[in-house]
Amino acid sequence: MNMTALPFDLQLLNTLAALLLLLSFAMLSQRRIVTLINLLAVQGALLCIATLLLAWRTGAGHLYLSAGLTLALKVIFLPWLLHRLIRKLGVYWDTEPLLNTTGTMLVGVLIVVFSFGLAQPISALASTATRNSIGIAVAVVLIAFLTMITRRKAMSQVVGFLSMENGLFFGAMSATYGMPMIVEFGVALDVLVAMLVLGVFFFQIREQFDSLDLQHLESLKEDQ
Amino acid sequence: MTQTLHSPLLLCLLLLTAWGIVGLAGLIRPASVAFAGRTLFPLGAVCGAAVAYVAATSLFAPAEQIVLSIGLPDLPVHLRLDSLSSAFLFLLGAAATGISIFAAGYFRRGEGTPPGLMCLQYHLFLASMGFVLLANDAYSFMLAWETMALSSYFLVTTQHRIPEIRSAGFLYLLIAHIGAIAILLSFGVMQGGSWQFTFDAMRAAQLDPAWATSAFLLALFGFGAKAGLVPMHVWLPEAHPAAPSPVSALMSGVMLKTALYGMLRVTFDLLGEPVWWWGLILLALGLFSALYGVIFAAAQTDMKRLLAYSSIENIGILFSGVGLAIVFAGTGMRIAASLALIAVLYHALNHAFMKSLLFLGTGAVLHATGERNLGRLGGLIHRMPWVAWLTLVGALAIAGLPPLNGFVSEWLLLQSFLFASEVPQAFVNMLLPLGAALLVLAAALAGYVMVKFFGVIFLGQPREAALQEAHDAGIAERAGLAWLAVGCVLLGLLPAQVIALLSRVIQPLGFSGLPLDDGSWWLLVPLPQRQISYAPLVFFAVILVVIVLTIAAVRFFYHQRVRRSDPWDCGFGRLNSRMQDTAEGFGQPIRHLFTPFFAMARELPSAFDPAPRYRVVIGDRIWRGLYLPLGRLVRRIADAVAWLQQGRISTYLLYSFVTLVTLLALML
Repeated sequence: MNMTALPFDLQLLNTLAALLLLLSFAMLSQRRIVTLINLLAVQGALLCIATLLLAWRTGAGHLYLSAGLTLALKVIFLPWLLHRLIRKLGVYWDTEPLLNTTGTMLVGVLIVVFSFGLAQPISALASTATRNSIGIAVAVVLIAFLTMITRRKAMSQVVGFLSMENGLFFGAMSATYGMPMIVEFGVALDVLVAMLVLGVFFFQIREQFDSLDLQHLESLKEDQ
Repeated sequence: MTQTLHSPLLLCLLLLTAWGIVGLAGLIRPASVAFAGRTLFPLGAVCGAAVAYVAATSLFAPAEQIVLSIGLPDLPVHLRLDSLSSAFLFLLGAAATGISIFAAGYFRRGEGTPPGLMCLQYHLFLASMGFVLLANDAYSFMLAWETMALSSYFLVTTQHRIPEIRSAGFLYLLIAHIGAIAILLSFGVMQGGSWQFTFDAMRAAQLDPAWATSAFLLALFGFGAKAGLVPMHVWLPEAHPAAPSPVSALMSGVMLKTALYGMLRVTFDLLGEPVWWWGLILLALGLFSALYGVIFAAAQTDMKRLLAYSSIENIGILFSGVGLAIVFAGTGMRIAASLALIAVLYHALNHAFMKSLLFLGTGAVLHATGERNLGRLGGLIHRMPWVAWLTLVGALAIAGLPPLNGFVSEWLLLQSFLFASEVPQAFVNMLLPLGAALLVLAAALAGYVMVKFFGVIFLGQPREAALQEAHDAGIAERAGLAWLAVGCVLLGLLPAQVIALLSRVIQPLGFSGLPLDDGSWWLLVPLPQRQISYAPLVFFAVILVVIVLTIAAVRFFYHQRVRRSDPWDCGFGRLNSRMQDTAEGFGQPIRHLFTPFFAMARELPSAFDPAPRYRVVIGDRIWRGLYLPLGRLVRRIADAVAWLQQGRISTYLLYSFVTLVTLLALML
């Protein structure tokens, strides 16, 4: 695709998409949990800007609302909640991930290639201005998944989960200019509730095992 | 409104819904035995009688169907009432009436599940059996079928605090579900690529023979598991004794028949023309079940287990009749097939009445004495004359003695076996008479079993002192027993009328019915060209006359009075109630003759043992030879699969990730 042929706002949107992907990689490699949460907040902010841009471009009123929702939830509330949690729980570092950082990054690169290959036929069908970003959205989802797989601490996994939700949101926006309002509200509520429930779980897990390391959960498995 | 009243299907629907409402009403006062017993079960019985009445009238109406758009979108419920459904609905309604009347007086406080909840499960069970019979598409059929299995599972495990009952319930549920899967697969094959799961589409589908055969075999496995056909019978002798007696009566009398209905529906209706050799499989399984069931029944010492094995025998008889009908229909012998089918339907109806009657009789005995073990019963005819005499009717009927109903259907089935020599296939026409011989053997042994059943429980001396306090059943229980006993007698005395009705039932399956001789209402001539006939009323009259003459002869010519004296005691002089023939003793010749059938473990005392003990444990060879190895195999596979369960969250996430990526890659 010829970048310069695109109007300025779309170029901006593509840049934002690229930044989103970059942030995903940053999260994949980051082991400090405080930074991880900050990265998540930045990702949310980028998402919010992208939504605003798209709302301005298409004139779709409900996108403004969903941008506001993103701002309130993903940029302000959830990062604040997570920060509060890690302060209370005292976990600042994740241990060495199961696969070393270099290897994880390489797998991430493969995932991006796979995602773009996957998105090609969908992009050809979509009629939205943002169809080029679908590949990025899929990549963000899968890399977030990979983040969850390679981490040991429950907290990092939750951040991965939230990042995955960001990717899904971005995908829906690129493919169809956002989901119906009711669905979006539902998803936002789900994330909120999941976060609260997981928060409770953290405390329970720590109380049980004196640690948030998920390795301890393996002992819950039924013996043969 | 008038339109509604003229539509039997809508009326049936209404009545089945009424059953559901009666059941739900039980939840109003779940702990009250009196409310469920005095109000709800009698209401359920009224509904049952109404179902039987509507079904009987709809035998004369043409088939009708409706489509109700309830449930999931795009999956409306198709219902259809044709004469085959009507016949089985009649069976359901008529048997349920008697059982519900009995149940009104049966349930007591403190039997595990609270009475209100039990009332819900019971009526849900009835309604779901009705919907099984009405369903006209695979979805609603399976829905009703599974509701039936689940509600009966909860009824079986009423006394869920007892571990044996829980494991019996589990075995039942397991086999019911495996069977349901087979039925589901069979429907999947029968839709024949149209992806329409209505029965109409299945009727229209043209299957090639290999697929039709696989559909038939799957249906046989599925319905056979529900019916308790050997070797899928193992749940039956466990579940039937575990359930409360009215539930055992419903399960044995009615639920097993829904499996027969399914088999008939699939074979003769949905698959169109059956292939003749399918019948041989059914015939072999059926005859084996009949013999197996009756031999094990003879060896039992628990009265409900005995009846459960007797149900296996009767299911075997029914399925061998279906097999015979398939052989005849597949070789173009329509009249013979009609005769066999009518015999099957007749026997199904008979068995519903007589087996329910017997199970309810055991229920009354169980409540009066608290004993199921035959070795601790005896002499109850003096304490419980009502129960004893009404049960005797059922016992005579199931033993196949004229003029009761069991004789008629078995006689008809044997008559249809006589057509075997006209089957064009060589060997088959020579082997079929052997089948008839096996059937006669089973019928004769059934008589033996019933002598044991009735004799050990009701005749002789009470084997325990506690039996002296046994009291007769209450008025509701007597009424329920009497309803079923009257059914047995009427079905036995009016065979010509019943057969005329059953001829209508098989017409939609493409059979013409029998060329009945309508000349005399009291004489049954099923096939005029064969010159066979049976006149139950004459038979009955002769029996009555002989009895009256005997009594008269004894009274007036012999010694003219009733003398009471002790039986001859061989000079031993201290006869007590334990010196009677026991259940074990009575079954011993059968155990001896058919030793290869049993897995027996015996402990014989030596002659010098100061405290001699005799112990015999009778096991089922099929359970040890088939089910236990299967269970071990499943466990081994499960252990191997358990390797996947590492207990690590990242591993589970990896599974999801790999699945997701694979699915996405497949999309490319």
